[in-house]
Amino acid sequence: MTVQASTTETPDAASAPRSSSPRAARGTARRSAAGIWFVLPFTVLFAVFLIWPLIAGLWASFTDRSLAKEDSSFVGLANWIEMFGDPAVWQSLWVTLLFTLITVPPLVAIALAMALLTHRATARIGWFLRFSYFAPFLMPVAVVTLIWEWMYQPEFGMINDVLATVGIPGASWLTGEDTVLPAIALTTVWWTVGFNYLLYLAALQGIPVYLYEAAALDGAGAWRRFTSITVPMVRRTTTLIVLLQMVASLKLFDQAYLMTNGSGGPNYAARPIIGYIFESGFTGLRIGYASAISYLFFAVIIVVSVLQLRLFSRKEDAA
Amino acid sequence: MRRRSTTGPGPAPALGRRTFLAGGLAAAGTAMAGCGPPDTVLSGKRRLRQWNLFTGGDGARMVEMHDAYRKQHPGIDFQTSTFQWGNPYYTKFAMGAAGGRAFDVATLHVSRLRGLGAGTLISPVPTDLLAQHGITRDTVTPNIWDTCTIDGELYAIPLDTHLVVNYFNRPVCEKAGVLDADGDLVAVSDEDEFFEVCAAVKEVTGQYGVVMDTTHAWRPFWSLYRQLGGELTLDGELAIDDDKALRALDFLRRISQDGLAPQSSDGAATPANFQNGIAGLMLSGNWELPTLKDAGMDFGMRPFPGIYGEELGQGDSHCFVLPVRREPDEDAVAAAVEYAAWMLKHSITWAGGGHVPAYTPVTESQEYADLQPQANYRRAAEAVQFDPSAWFSGSAAQLQADAGAIFTGVHTGAVTPKAALNRFKRAAQNLIDTPSPV
Repeated sequence: MTVQASTTETPDAASAPRSSSPRAARGTARRSAAGIWFVLPFTVLFAVFLIWPLIAGLWASFTDRSLAKEDSSFVGLANWIEMFGDPAVWQSLWVTLLFTLITVPPLVAIALAMALLTHRATARIGWFLRFSYFAPFLMPVAVVTLIWEWMYQPEFGMINDVLATVGIPGASWLTGEDTVLPAIALTTVWWTVGFNYLLYLAALQGIPVYLYEAAALDGAGAWRRFTSITVPMVRRTTTLIVLLQMVASLKLFDQAYLMTNGSGGPNYAARPIIGYIFESGFTGLRIGYASAISYLFFAVIIVVSVLQLRLFSRKEDAA
Repeated sequence: MRRRSTTGPGPAPALGRRTFLAGGLAAAGTAMAGCGPPDTVLSGKRRLRQWNLFTGGDGARMVEMHDAYRKQHPGIDFQTSTFQWGNPYYTKFAMGAAGGRAFDVATLHVSRLRGLGAGTLISPVPTDLLAQHGITRDTVTPNIWDTCTIDGELYAIPLDTHLVVNYFNRPVCEKAGVLDADGDLVAVSDEDEFFEVCAAVKEVTGQYGVVMDTTHAWRPFWSLYRQLGGELTLDGELAIDDDKALRALDFLRRISQDGLAPQSSDGAATPANFQNGIAGLMLSGNWELPTLKDAGMDFGMRPFPGIYGEELGQGDSHCFVLPVRREPDEDAVAAAVEYAAWMLKHSITWAGGGHVPAYTPVTESQEYADLQPQANYRRAAEAVQFDPSAWFSGSAAQLQADAGAIFTGVHTGAVTPKAALNRFKRAAQNLIDTPSPV
């Protein structure tokens, strides 16, 4: 392999340390030089809009930078120390995690159930199911929250009306400390489940029909076929959906902000960590402090993502 | 097992050469327009950039006034920018003012003067220049003028006052027998009287007597606390009168627990509840007036009821401010002051939106007296209670947000007034201890 590499120009030649032929080296250099122009636009954008803000944000977290002042000074770890002692940080972080815990399972399970329904449906109503399941996802967040805010109204909202007809007393959904986060979670599930549904539908359509036929011939019932064929066959999709969904749920902000009119809900029961970052940075004008909290949250997301990747890759190995 | 056939990514969407070129040219054109020479050079006109936070009905009225202003000032190239109320506006205001190139004159809530940098980002108004245009302390509601003054310097030119007032559904209140001979809602002089009025109205509506925004209970709280003579100090050590604050909070608890007001009614639901006739009275900002008028409701307005004495109501004032300039530009300041004075003198249009003009010749005019129901609460503007002053207080600022999140539980019964007061005190002390960003 090495001999070959030094005489012919295989793609491996570039990385082979012992390729000493001048011709090969020249060719490699030329090829790399051309490659730079292809990656340059992306690299520049990546550096300007991701790497640089990351560094600037970290730097800002050590200063008392404010929106209302031009100059700022270095304050060392003051923001970080304040942050670790600030109960609002931990409370809002808990709200975010709680929201993730209560939204991810239904967003995965309901999406799969809806995909199964559509997959089995006849062509005549299939398009209708696909459309109606996916349609909410196309709506802008402002519209979604407006609709649900009215439905949740305690005095004349649809939800309490419906509950009243079956004899269940209604609630003050968005102004109750215990109900506000579940209410927002319900809205979120309704709004975003369509995306996961589409992914599942595509995965289901990729499962060969003869697997089911063979299983049916062997006497496997519907439940057995579901647990032994469908679930394993869509495992990769499930991994992807759970990963995407967890990150999406952790990033909760817009709907919580809009549905509580920016107040964070009664006793901040629905103020996610991004809401608190927004409050500190924009309402409170303290960019330095907000940057420190952003970094804490960044760390949390990284930890969650790493844990999850580990968990799922082990499962994949086992399978 | 069959190998899963995965389809690769489809072909990239074809971006035609012509489309690309056309797009590039358009982009270049836009870019060049952005960095062209200032308009002043081209047109010989004086440029005046105004920033504001008025949308909806207020926005329409401001545009109407601006059109008239433009017609009378052909020599001025008048440019306006409108941003969304609240945080979206204030962040842009702060950053624009810090950058020093954003605006020549901007609107602001007077309660945010300290939080947005009076002296650091906002420069004092030359009062002699303003006086030349006929605007002095004598021609503006004096208590509002004084709120615009910090350490003897005038930092803002007040356009109006807006405050919580008492709306009443005329047919409902008539049936309830709570209207006086002139067809106005009867005045009350204590808590029990107000509860009696609410109960009488409730008899008619069948559901509630009064409705108010329970998610933003700061406004009624502050109104009641001030009626009780309460003071709140936010400098250094928090000072609040516990007994008076508890009484005000207990009012919020009682009115909801007794079923006279809904336990929860947010910003959007409150006017809707009033319009739907669920309640016959509403305690809310005067800015809801255009909405209710457009809905064709038969309603009246009067000052916030004097539940604990005088008819004091929480409020604020829209004002004009000038930015701090790194390089002095007297012509720009002169144009900005002239503009602000012009707006004050023509604020009868502004009064159509429910706000009480700050310029007294307008509020004393016959034209204003003919405005109904605006004229009925004109005197409330003199009794308006501004928020206590701190960098974190005022409209859409942190203290109001904290109060909203905490007090909403008093209405629903989730927290006792005592617990709510303790939480509020903790939140306020926390803000006091936070290093000031301005």
